[in-house]
This record gives sequence, C-alpha cells and structure tokens, in this order.
Amino acid sequence: MALLEVKNLGITFGGLHAVDHLNLQVEQGALYGLIGPNGAGKTTVFNLLTGVYQPTTGSFFLDGENLTGKAPIEINKKGIARTFQNIRLFQNMSVIENVKVGLHNSGHCSFLESVLRLPRYFKEEAALDEKAMELLAVFGLDGERDYLASGLPYGKQRKLEIARALATKPKLLLLDEPAAGMNPGETAELMDTIRFVREHFGMTILLIEHDMKLVAGICEQVCVLNFGQELAHGQTSQVLANPEVITAYLGEE
Amino acid sequence: MEFFEQLLNGLNRGSIYALIALGYTMVYGIAKMLNFAHGDVIMVGAYTLSVSASLLGISPYLGVLLSIVFCAVLGVVLEKIAYKPLRNSSPLAVLITAIGVSYFLQSLALLLFGSQQQKVASVINIPSIYLGSIELTGESIATLGVTIVIMVSLTLFIKKTKTGRAMLALSEDRGAAQLMGINVNRTISITFAIGSGLAAVAGVLFVSSYGFVGPYTGSLPGIKAFVAAVLGGIGSIPGAMLGGVLLGVIESFSQAYISTQLSDAIVFGVLILVLLVRPAGLLGRKKIEKV
Repeated sequence: MALLEVKNLGITFGGLHAVDHLNLQVEQGALYGLIGPNGAGKTTVFNLLTGVYQPTTGSFFLDGENLTGKAPIEINKKGIARTFQNIRLFQNMSVIENVKVGLHNSGHCSFLESVLRLPRYFKEEAALDEKAMELLAVFGLDGERDYLASGLPYGKQRKLEIARALATKPKLLLLDEPAAGMNPGETAELMDTIRFVREHFGMTILLIEHDMKLVAGICEQVCVLNFGQELAHGQTSQVLANPEVITAYLGEE
Repeated sequence: MEFFEQLLNGLNRGSIYALIALGYTMVYGIAKMLNFAHGDVIMVGAYTLSVSASLLGISPYLGVLLSIVFCAVLGVVLEKIAYKPLRNSSPLAVLITAIGVSYFLQSLALLLFGSQQQKVASVINIPSIYLGSIELTGESIATLGVTIVIMVSLTLFIKKTKTGRAMLALSEDRGAAQLMGINVNRTISITFAIGSGLAAVAGVLFVSSYGFVGPYTGSLPGIKAFVAAVLGGIGSIPGAMLGGVLLGVIESFSQAYISTQLSDAIVFGVLILVLLVRPAGLLGRKKIEKV
C-alpha cells in the first residue's frame, strides 16, 4: 500500500475547480514531483494535504489512515510536514528557536512544570537543544544557531525551513518550490540536500517544482497538473517527453 | 525633592499601566485583536478582592490569589465565547465585539453592586520607608516590587519555555506555526489567562492606592494602558513595559509642573508626537510586506 493515497480529491472556489478529481499514490520512500504551469493548483494540493483547505470532494490517506477533514495540527501530528513557496520562517527568532518550535510536540513537560521550573523542564530543554543541534548539524547550520533566521542567506533559509519541518518528525515531507529563486549552484546543492534527507531520514518526499532540471534530476515519478486536473503521471523521463505535457508548458507549435 | 517624589509617584502609576499594557500587547501580538474589554477586567479583579474580603471574609492575600484566578478564568471564557467564533472574520467585527464585552462587564457590575463606589481596604501593610525627606509608601514599594518581579518572570517565560516559544511563533506567522504542530486555541487561551491575571494584579494594586472601586474603575486606566502599549509599540512586550512606565512618569510630571487639568491632554499629545515620528511605536517593529 502506498504511504500517501489521494482519491478523487477536489476543491472548488466559487465556480472554479482549483483541484479536480486528483488521484495520487506516493510509495514509501519515494521522491515524487508535482509539476504544472502556473495556476495549475499545485500549492492548493499542498494546502489540502495539510488541512489548510478542506476538500469539497474526495479523500486522502496517510499509511491507510483517512486524514480528510482533519485540522492542520492533527495532520501534522499524524506525520505530514511542509515548507512554503515563499519562505515562512519565524524571522525574528533565532535559527535554533525555529527548529525548537518544530519540536514543540516532542517534549512532555507540562505548562505548569515549565512555569515552576521543575527539574524535568531543564532536562527537557537540554534534550530539545540537543535534538535541534543534531538537525542543524545535518544541514550545516550548527555554526549559525544563534543568528536570527532573517539574517541567514537565502539558500540557508530554505535549508532551515526543511530542518524545521523535519523536526516535527513527519512520515511525508511536502516541499513547495524548494528551488524558487535559487541560482544553478544553489539548486545543485539543494538537490544533494533533498537526496540526503531522503536517505538519512528514510523520508518520503512530495515536491512542487518549476525547475525541470531539478525534477528530472531527483524525482523518480511525477504528476503533471493543468487547470486543476491531472494531465499525466508516471516515470519522470516518460512524462516529460509526453507531447501533451510539452504543449501545456510551452503552448502549441 | 519634589522632583524625586513626583518621579516615584510616576513610576508607581506607570507600573500599573505597564501591567495592564502587557495584557493588551500580548493579546494583540498573538490573537491579532484589540481587546477593549481588558480594562474592565481590572474592575472585576478589584470587585473580586472586595467581595472576597467583605462578604466571604477571606484573608486579603487569599483574596488576591482568588482575584487573579477568577480574572484568568474570565479572560479565557470571554475569549472562547465572544472572540473565538469571530477569529476568521473582519478585525472590525472583533473590535466592536470587544467594546460590547466591555459594556457588558460594566453593566453587570452596575447591576450587581450599584453605581456607588465601594471602599476597598488596602491589602498591603508594609510600613513606609523614608529616604531623607521622601516618603516611599508601602503601596509604592509593593507596586514597584511586584511589577519588577512580574516583568522579569514574564520575559523569562516567553524566552525560555515551550509555551513562550509557541506564543512567539504564533505572533509571527499563525499559519506556519499551526503547520508545525502548535495548538493555536490552547496558546491563545494561555495568553488570555496570563493577560487577565496581570490585569487582576493591576486592579489589586490600583485599588490599594486609590481605595475605591466602582463599575467604571477600569475604563480610564484601561485606555491609558492602551495608549502605553501603542506608545511602546503594540505587540512588543518590552515596549509595553517601557510605554507604561514612561506614560506614568510623564503624567505625574505634567500634573506637578504644568497643569493638573491638562495632564491627560499632554499624555495623549505625547502619543501623537511619538506616532508621527515612529508610527510603529518606540520599540515596535516596522512591518515590511514583500509583494
């Protein structure tokens, strides 16, 4: 059974079918690409899968569990985490604090215990610090732990966002245009990072991307959306050679 | 000499404003709303103290505790009933609701206790200290001491605990915080509880200095504290502290050296001047929206 199963998922805004009867199957450990022209509904799919929007039709399952209609926080606890197209770090918090926000649900210290500063509070804070530093080290950000997130260079902000998402211990990681605004050098580095995340954490990754070099380079499978509907899906090289897909991207000859 | 007396006086009053302003600013930062009923929580706190002493015969210190707990619960309940259902509607609807809640609390107090102001015995029995010829009253000592302790512990709480971190994250980006597993409802409830608890403390300190409580006791300090929060930069916790203390001192000096009648006008004039130069307040962050 696939880790993520999307069945007939759809959402309508007024009369617009932003996503229309979408079906997806993402296997455990896969690196799956979701591509399509601007306005095809890719980010909307992410918003549906994280509970930000409630679907008008269909359902989706993670590990066989139906998560349709659940609130974002519950979906996050069940194991879906994401990054954003326009980076949404907590800009005025430090690098390590950003990751510790992601670790919010991994501690068990109660509100009262932390207010009263009982021993468990100190133990837990130390454990959170350690976990956060481990994650930062993986992304080569441990040297910048006390910098403000807004002070990091762009490429590192992207990495920090991935680290923060991983801190919530997801089974499935959604990356929304991770290479947006990156130069070819940074993109190449990002491709290594994504591959590394998959291997190191055994992560299943679904990503939205416009950079075809990145998609062709790391995704085994892709699904192409156009006007909210699936245009094609399958192995990346085959899909990208599909004349219909080329037409959707580049127009007719 | 008079200068120092007025300075102390101003710090005393400013501390109370700061405590109230903290509630305004925290709620604004985290729930993104102006809770105009916040001032009236002071009045509820003061009445709770007065009722617990006169009717129930509870000892004053226990009365203070009861008042803090009662107001914290009240804050959480008000948020759940009045503000939470409007969380995704227009800010104007929430603002008007908050004004409605304010009138509701005032009218309820009017109904229960009548329009007559009641005498409240001070809960503070610390003897005055004399520094040369300057008298530092027990109330002043308690007010300044309590305020400093609260400010330090609140700052530590926000900086060092998980809940504090969740509050900061929520105030920066509610959507992203939610997707990182932060429970928005719980965090907002805690914010209201803390803010209203602080208002109760301010209420107790206020009536201890002033001696009376009436249905409208909270409204003027509430407005002044709102001004203090805006002056310091609404949403900023150090801003509320600075704004409150500054406002108290300015008010006290203008009463002493310029004019008693004009002091409120001067206070609001300072606000206008500061906002002209620094629209985000003294310690407020300028928000630059990237498009």
